Amino acid sequence: MPGHIRKQQKVARSPSRRGTEEPVFIRWFLIAVALLFSVVFLLLPLVNVFAQALSKGVEAYWRALVDSDSLAAIKLTLLVAAISVPLNVVFGLAASWAIAKFDFRGKSILNTLIDLPFSVSPVVAGLMYVLLFGLQGHFGKWLAEHDIKIIFAVPGIVLATIFVTFPFVARELIPVMQATGSQQEQAALTLGASGWQTFWRVTLPSVKWGLLYGVILCNARAMGEFGAVSVVSGHIVGQTDTMPLRVEKLYNEFNSAAAFAISSLLALLALLTLGIKTLLEWQEAREYERAQRVSEPAGAPVVPGQKVETELQR
Amino acid sequence: MSIELKNVTKHFGEIAAVNQVSFSVQEGELMALLGPSGGGKTTVLRLIAGLEVPTEGDIYIRGQRVNDIKVQKRNIGFVFQHYALFKNMNVFKNIAFGLKIKKWRSADIRNRVSELLELLGLDGLGKRYPHQLSGGQRQRVAIARALASKPSVLLLDEPFGAVDAKIRQELREWLVTLHSDLNVTTLFVTHDQEEAMEVSNRIVIFSKGNLEQIGTPREVYEEPANEFVARFIGVMNVLELEVSGGVGRAGELEFPVRDHADGKLRIGFRPFAIQVSPNPTQLPYRAILRHTFFLGVMLRLELELMSGLTVRARMTKEEYAQLGLKEGQKVSISVRSFRILRGENEPLSAEIPAAQKSPATFAEGI
Repeated sequence: MPGHIRKQQKVARSPSRRGTEEPVFIRWFLIAVALLFSVVFLLLPLVNVFAQALSKGVEAYWRALVDSDSLAAIKLTLLVAAISVPLNVVFGLAASWAIAKFDFRGKSILNTLIDLPFSVSPVVAGLMYVLLFGLQGHFGKWLAEHDIKIIFAVPGIVLATIFVTFPFVARELIPVMQATGSQQEQAALTLGASGWQTFWRVTLPSVKWGLLYGVILCNARAMGEFGAVSVVSGHIVGQTDTMPLRVEKLYNEFNSAAAFAISSLLALLALLTLGIKTLLEWQEAREYERAQRVSEPAGAPVVPGQKVETELQR
Repeated sequence: MSIELKNVTKHFGEIAAVNQVSFSVQEGELMALLGPSGGGKTTVLRLIAGLEVPTEGDIYIRGQRVNDIKVQKRNIGFVFQHYALFKNMNVFKNIAFGLKIKKWRSADIRNRVSELLELLGLDGLGKRYPHQLSGGQRQRVAIARALASKPSVLLLDEPFGAVDAKIRQELREWLVTLHSDLNVTTLFVTHDQEEAMEVSNRIVIFSKGNLEQIGTPREVYEEPANEFVARFIGVMNVLELEVSGGVGRAGELEFPVRDHADGKLRIGFRPFAIQVSPNPTQLPYRAILRHTFFLGVMLRLELELMSGLTVRARMTKEEYAQLGLKEGQKVSISVRSFRILRGENEPLSAEIPAAQKSPATFAEGI
């Protein structure tokens, strides 16, 4: 018994730990699990992509990239992204603005529709366009008569990509806009700003992080989409092959070094966008820090509230 | 005349948020729009600003009808309840926003902003971002931003709602000082009657979209237009009397109501109308002092009568000390005067002096 009591006292005297904190070994365990998973499932495969890409030397890597069919695939992918991402931004801004700041009939329907591409398999998405615009499709005959090619051509790939990436920007922006509310915009109006000025100077800057995330996700998906694009593209080498399709084709032809070379480009792109995002965040944090430091009287940190008193008493 | 509303009504769907409201504000006045939440006071403020469009009626600012003038062109300064500072801009840019929109020269903008920073005690905070400021500082940035382009009217929505009690008191005093320095016509919305009484020249009282009374703090306190105002501005003891033979009774309390038929009657009296004596036999009714509440300089006393009825009295700390009162003590009380209440929106009767001594209860006291 005495031993028991002593033990309890010891615990009671332990340094000011918070009651909500987990024991040390649990914390270490959780951190280790998280690290292990990210290394095995994220970092290793990524490193492997570059290792495989360079397995036959830098020269082979370069040759794989400048191959005319690969170049065409890269160009097509960039074109598709260049069309679908801006359209997505415009749509995402409009939809999130409407959903977050207005009440209208059919709002919940719009809200659900935006999520549709998330719940539909990309292959089905591609197939829907084939059924609509393909030769056997509803508009197929009319399109053929007017010599407009959508399926097995670039327009089909763009359409499929837009469908698949539809929710990305809107989904990122809606919660941000809802959280911001419309008071800042109203304030801008009372200060004389027009609707347009308010949008550029107040609304857009206040959702810039959400927008940036949305664009990054949307862009990654637009460039990386396989399923939907695969159905509508027709896999015409040098014409309707995007980068992911090209990777698959090369891989199936046992040209794995070239396949990984193209893959490494996609991976590099992802790393680059993440890098840019981190840089921007870091810059903003530094800007805030500088603002705090510049106006800080040397020494004592400001306790909110106390500062007001001293200033008012002056 | 700085602002004038004529029969202004605003419907939101079926609900009339503001109903046939007319009042005017003098140039340079500091006026409070007071009422319980949902009373329509914020809607009135937003109507004046142009953030809402009236369903009916006319609004004039400096003699000009502004119904069809957009919010951008009304030249008003508006301070939002939660400040609505631009989060992505620092203090300087927040204050300069309106000036930039109005295409001031950048040297003029710099001068004006630093002038405002100094006026509002925000020196050196120009580079801070809103989230790096205390509540009181944010409030003052919002006011500086609203004042920047020299508006003809300053409108504030619950300006002290979001800061803690101590700072609120300081901000009130500070607003009064600022107003007397700048002399800009100022309207502010509040649900706190004490705040309205302390800060403003005149008070407009709203309830359920209707204008109940407009007047100086003293007028609305001493001559409330109706029962709602009387009960909203300050504390009122309300009793339901049983009238028979010209005397109304509630517990042992008796009130002379000669002109009223037998039956029920409601009356009210201010805590000031109660006289308290430490001598349990000096005044007609015996009571026990149950609680004393400290409200700064004033004290509120909760007195329980022998019949179990509780009434509230008010006195200064000095009086309290002079009388040597303490909680749990037996005292005697009387009611100096009272008013007859006819209903929420009905006017009150004039003050009726209550009989000083009622022999029956007095005898009981002995």
